[in-house]
Formats: sequence, C-alpha cells, structure tokens
Amino acid sequence: MLQPLQEPFMQRALVEVTLVGAAGGALGCWIVFYGLSYAAESLAHSIFPGLVLAAIAGVPLLLGAAPAIVLAALAIALCARIAGVSREAAVAVVVTTMFGLGVLLALSPRSPPGVESLLFGDVFGATNADVATAAGLAVVVAVGLRLLHGQLLIAGFDRGAARSLGVSVPFADAALLVLLAAGTVVAVQGLGNLLVVAVFVGPAAAARRLSSRMLPMMALAAGLAVLAGVAGLYLSYYAGTAGGASVALAIVAVYLLSLPLGRLARANRPSEGYDRRMTEPEPST
Amino acid sequence: MRPEPLIEAAGLAAGYGGAPAISGVEFALAAGQTLALLGPNGGGKTTLLRAVLGELRPVAGTLCVGAACGTVPQTERSRLDYPVSALEVAMMGTLSQLPWWRRPGRAEREAAARALDRVGLRSLADETFGRLSGGQRQRVLIARALVQAAGVLLLDEPFSGLDRPSAEGLEALIVELAGEGRGVVIATHDLEQARSCDLVLCINGRQVACGRPEQVLADVSVLEATYGGAIVEIPGSEGRAILPPHHHHH
Repeated sequence: MLQPLQEPFMQRALVEVTLVGAAGGALGCWIVFYGLSYAAESLAHSIFPGLVLAAIAGVPLLLGAAPAIVLAALAIALCARIAGVSREAAVAVVVTTMFGLGVLLALSPRSPPGVESLLFGDVFGATNADVATAAGLAVVVAVGLRLLHGQLLIAGFDRGAARSLGVSVPFADAALLVLLAAGTVVAVQGLGNLLVVAVFVGPAAAARRLSSRMLPMMALAAGLAVLAGVAGLYLSYYAGTAGGASVALAIVAVYLLSLPLGRLARANRPSEGYDRRMTEPEPST
Repeated sequence: MRPEPLIEAAGLAAGYGGAPAISGVEFALAAGQTLALLGPNGGGKTTLLRAVLGELRPVAGTLCVGAACGTVPQTERSRLDYPVSALEVAMMGTLSQLPWWRRPGRAEREAAARALDRVGLRSLADETFGRLSGGQRQRVLIARALVQAAGVLLLDEPFSGLDRPSAEGLEALIVELAGEGRGVVIATHDLEQARSCDLVLCINGRQVACGRPEQVLADVSVLEATYGGAIVEIPGSEGRAILPPHHHHH
C-alpha cells in the first residue's frame, strides 16, 4: 500500500489527482445542475487541436489548450446566432470541426510521438509544473465557487426571478463556464481529452444521489473524486493499466456504488420515506 | 388625497421584439390593493408580470413601479430535486442586500426564519424545497419576497393545483400581506379568485378591461373578449360561475 508512495512519479500523480479531483468534483455539482454535462464534454474535445499544436511546438499544453477553448467558445456563440441553428447543433458542429482539426494535426508527419497521451492522458507523467498548475486551479475554483455560491444557487434555481433577486443570469452562466474551461484545460493533462469529463460529471452525479443540500453535495463530490482518483492510480500501478482510464473507471465505479447507497439513504430518512408532493394535486401544467 | 400608486401603467406595450405581446395596458395599483390579472394562455399575463419586474422594457407607453418587486413564480417540475431547504430559498431574498463578497450569516438566517414563520412554515424550514406541497412551496417563495422587503408581490397562478384548504389559506395570507400596505398582482385563470380582489385586469394581447370586479366581471362581453368567446357557463349558477376554457391546462 505504501510502497508506490516511494516513487516520485506516483507522489506527483497522487497530488495531481487530489487537486484536480477536489476542484472537479465540487465544480461538477454545478455543471450537473446547470445541465452542462454535454458542454463539459464538448469543451474538452474542442481543445484537442490546441493540445496537439502545443505538443508540436514543445510548449506547455496549457498554452495550447487555453486559446483553443476560447476559440471554441466564441465559435459556438457565433454559430448559435445563425437563424435555424440550435445551440446544441452549434456545439456539435464546432466540436467535431475542432476535434477533426486536432486529428489532422496529430496525424501529420511533424507531430511528435506520444499524441495518444493527449487523448487518454498521462497522469504519471505529471511534472512539478503540472502539479503547481493544478494547485493554482484548485485555488481559483475554490475562491470562485465561494464568491459565486449565492448567485449560482439563485440562477440555477429560478432563472425567471434571479434578476429581481439581484443576480444576473448571463453573468452566472458565463462565470460557471469560465471555471469549467479553466478546470478542463488543467485536468485534461492528467485524464486526457476523451476522459476528462468523467471527473466533472461522475462524482457529482453520485453525490447528488447521496445528499440533498448543495454544500454537503459539493464536499462529498470532491471527496469521491479524490477517492476514485487515488483508487484509479493504485489500480493502474498494480494492474499495469493506463492511468487516465483507470481513474475514469474508478469514477464510474463510484457512481455505480452510489445507486444502491442512494436508495438506502432515502429509505432511512423517515421524513422522506414517502413523497409529500403526492398529498396535494400537482399543478395542472 | 390619493396615495401615490405602487404601480402605474399608461398605454403600456411590451413584448419580445416584433409585434408587442401586450398593448394598451392602463392601470394603477395602490398600496394595500390586490389586482387579479385574468386572461387566456398566451394572452400576455406573464409578459405583463415580466414588464413589471423590469425584465422587459416597454416598447410604448410608460410603466412606473415604485417599490421593490418580489416574484412568486410557479416551480418548474425539473427543479423539484434542487438541493435547497425552505430556509435557503427564503434566504435567497437577502442576496441583493449583501455586498458581493459576503455570504449570508446569522442575521440573514434569522430574517429568513422570521419570514417563514410569517407564512406559517417555521416547522418546515429544514425540509427540502422540492418535497414540500405545492401550497407550501408558494408560501416559501412568498417568504423569499418578504425577506427582499418587496413592496409589490407578483404571483403567477398561485392557486393552480392547490386543493381547496391550501388555496383558501394562501388567499387569506395574501389578503393579510396586502393589508400591511403591499401591492399584490395575481395572474390567475380563476374567476372566483378574481372576484375577491380589489381590481381585475382582463388581458388578451391587449387590455380588454380594468376595474372593480363587480363591474368588469358582470359584463359577459368582457369575458368573451378575454377568453375568445369560448367560455362555459355552469348551469344553475346564475351566471356567477363561469369557467374559462383553459382552466385545466396551460
């Protein structure tokens, strides 16, 4: 159990998944309640060309990922303004374009070997700089969520009334997307382009089944994400499986475990054992 | 001397770009008065509420709102699993009074608890919002408006789906809150509910009539213009119980 901890690469990987897991898990609760799971996945795929370019140029991946995510967001906003193009369609078009561009670049003769680590992540390859970036992310997400908590809570609950309660819904939406983008460009280095969405959606979806208040849910999601991250690394270390994929599978396992646990938790809360809504007729909507 | 009205609309038109969804709206609501907003689905009730809230700007005419507005919308069913307690929903009313870096503390918590007490829900403060009954949810949202210190309450179909005791309890609460000097606007399908308000405003794209209920609702042509002529009179009720055709779906 302790032997892997002797290895510096394992130490860095553990710190990396802890930081990314804590930030991604807490942020993920908002992603789930704002219905942004698809957006989270799309953002991750759309930064692929940026990652490939950064790898070709030999600069830190963050320098490629950040402009790519901004470009994708702008393109989505522009496409969604075209009459007859729904937001969902705009996302799909932009993401496939960006991802296709990334594949073209990745398969070009000039691209360095090891491009697959951009797709599937290389959590054991985390450098000290990567770990420091992840620490920065965790701080940004923690401060951001702390300051935005009240606004996110209102805008997510009741968009129509938000303005009269002093909350700008576009601002809350945009701030959440910025945090999601920041989280994605950092987490993508460890978990890879195809798997990064797992850390945002999986632990939050599990925590949602186990808790009925926002702050406990965020704490639980962060804890579950860290737990799954560490379990995934150990699995990878001993079973020789790919790091990013092992973490992603551990997250899925946590979610699957939450299904029976959630049912159990509900049954044990006497006040919630029956559905009080049923005692009064539903609105005739 | 007449008191300054809380809401005053003159020749008001508002909409979402293109042709206005409502036009020719004229009314004045004074402190302590309740106004029933009657009209069919798509007739512009919600548009008028949104204009009063300041979400839509008038495209013609004027609209003066002289007090903070608290809105009591219908809860979307998709939000019933939202992870908040009744107390947390009531506390949402404190956010606009706090500087942006501050989180609600003890004072805000107490204000929210007092408001829940006021609407008769103190014992359910820690219950998840989505697990409350429809009438209880309406009361929590009213508590939120009270925490906001709203002088005007805007209620969207507050009685929809409530059983009779819940609806009567809610109505009594609304009358009480108006009696304390608030203005109350109630969008409703229910003519009986409208009869007990101080004013009735009938709207169907444009304003059809506005005045005291005994005048406005006595005129069958007003109701026909409001609901497009498809009203159903309940036999044996001497013309008092008239149901609009959209009563049970919207």
